[in-house]
Amino acid sequence: MGMITELLKGLKVTGVTMLRTITGKEMVTTEYPKEMRHKPQRFHGRHVLNRYPDGMEKCIGCELCAGACPADCIYVRGMDNDPAEPISPGERFGYVYEINMLRCIFCGLCVEACPTEAITMTHLFEMSTTNREDAIYTRDELLMRPDGSVPHMFPEDELADHDELLTADGWVRATAPSGLAAYEGVQMWQGTPGPASWDPEPSQDVRDARSEPEDG
Amino acid sequence: MDWAQVGIVVLRVVLAFVLLLVATIINVWAERKVLADMQSRIGPQRAGPWGILQTVADGLKLFFKESVTPRKVELGMYLLAPFLAVVPAFLIFMMVPFGAPFMIGDREFALQGADLNIGLLFILAMSSLAVYSVVLAGWSSGSKYPLIGGVRATAQAISYEAAMGLAMVAVVMFTATQGEGGTLSLAEIVTRQGGTWGGIIPRWNVFPQVIAFVIFMVAIVAETNRAPFDLVEAEQELVGGFHTEYSGMRFAMFFLAEYVNIFSMSAIAATLFLGGWNGPTWEGTIPAFVSAILPTVWFLLKTYFIVFIFFWLRSTFPRLRYDQLMSLGWKRLIPAALTWIVVSSVAIGVRQFGLPWS
Repeated sequence: MGMITELLKGLKVTGVTMLRTITGKEMVTTEYPKEMRHKPQRFHGRHVLNRYPDGMEKCIGCELCAGACPADCIYVRGMDNDPAEPISPGERFGYVYEINMLRCIFCGLCVEACPTEAITMTHLFEMSTTNREDAIYTRDELLMRPDGSVPHMFPEDELADHDELLTADGWVRATAPSGLAAYEGVQMWQGTPGPASWDPEPSQDVRDARSEPEDG
Repeated sequence: MDWAQVGIVVLRVVLAFVLLLVATIINVWAERKVLADMQSRIGPQRAGPWGILQTVADGLKLFFKESVTPRKVELGMYLLAPFLAVVPAFLIFMMVPFGAPFMIGDREFALQGADLNIGLLFILAMSSLAVYSVVLAGWSSGSKYPLIGGVRATAQAISYEAAMGLAMVAVVMFTATQGEGGTLSLAEIVTRQGGTWGGIIPRWNVFPQVIAFVIFMVAIVAETNRAPFDLVEAEQELVGGFHTEYSGMRFAMFFLAEYVNIFSMSAIAATLFLGGWNGPTWEGTIPAFVSAILPTVWFLLKTYFIVFIFFWLRSTFPRLRYDQLMSLGWKRLIPAALTWIVVSSVAIGVRQFGLPWS
């Protein structure tokens, strides 16, 4: 008799699960292309090259991102700015900027290495292509338009969500520990690509009041 | 020659055939949907409304695929096996009455492929014949895994066929007490399950023969090679079992046969134990057309209830080990079935002739 009750217990588990699924209380899968899962703020998706609010490019062609890249997937060549009509506020600008998305491991070290916050990551992750050339993103694809929008690789796709490109990963600069007195008032991190529009780093006491009490 | 009679016979067979095919298409989809629900998934939903055309899409895909013939196969048997699987599966369903007979003019039109007076024996014969397809497919493929699958099928089918037959014997004995003499005709067995006991409990065989019903259910799950008794095609051990070397339309035939068998066997279980097409028709109170359709609806509901149990078992239980399968068959089910035959025959005898000492 013991065996039969065990069998019935097993049937109960699947039966209850079925009822829960049918009534919509429990469903593991989502209808993916139609229905996206929530992505966390720090999600590492496709890169974007930002501009300043006045339309200047942030990239100064310093190649620090290429140096930081562990997968060696970034290729940058800088060019001197024309003093009469500068493209970036620095001495040089990123004349060639290529990221090979087949090699990229989306670690975000380029974002941390960038001294001008020119490169950030967005929430877009659907980058499949039918040939290898298309997987190499050039300046044309990465660079934000002067109006603050970001070029989408598949603009005709009816399922393309352009808002994903307007959500940045909200990166934190690794070299600036939050709350360091020297960084008081400095803008530290942002949730959108493009012009800086985020709150500056709070002072030590404000930050302490905001954070939860530490253990011990 | 009475051509109208011939036409009716052809129409009956075609009707049963179409019903079976449509039911099978729905079965494959329903199984995937039920399994998905039991695993908190969505299941097929792209092809047609709720994905109901998924089977059609799968079938079309298989139809257009190449049927690869491996070099070492025994060609004749290899080509014959898929047909041996499909034909008995369809023939079994021809015995099942799927609706109440009705009159068109002065002719009786029975909703049944054919009413053999040895219907039950025919079903047993056909379900044994279906095993040949598995054995021949396994042997003629000229490959190790299919061979093991085929050998397993032989032993499994023999073991569970016995239990299934013995469970049927109890039903036949009980049915003999319900009318004039014994019968093996399924139409007659269904007719004798009409009506109620005391106006409440329907006169279905499942109530007096509940042990036989349980044994029959276990046996038909094993007979159709379904989980948890699917050792014949155990994916984790034998790749695909007997159909490893089949592809394209030949594989689709095995697939079709499996699901046709599930539906046929469920239909037989519904017929033998759950009263077949018997059920309230409310004749006179509702339109005559609806009353005529209702028996078929009851039959399909009962059949799909048992088909659902098949799916439920599959999603719940892990596969048996081979010795467990054999010991369940020979040491539990067959003795239980034999004991039940003795018990129910004693009960029938006492009810008919009184206690021996009185």
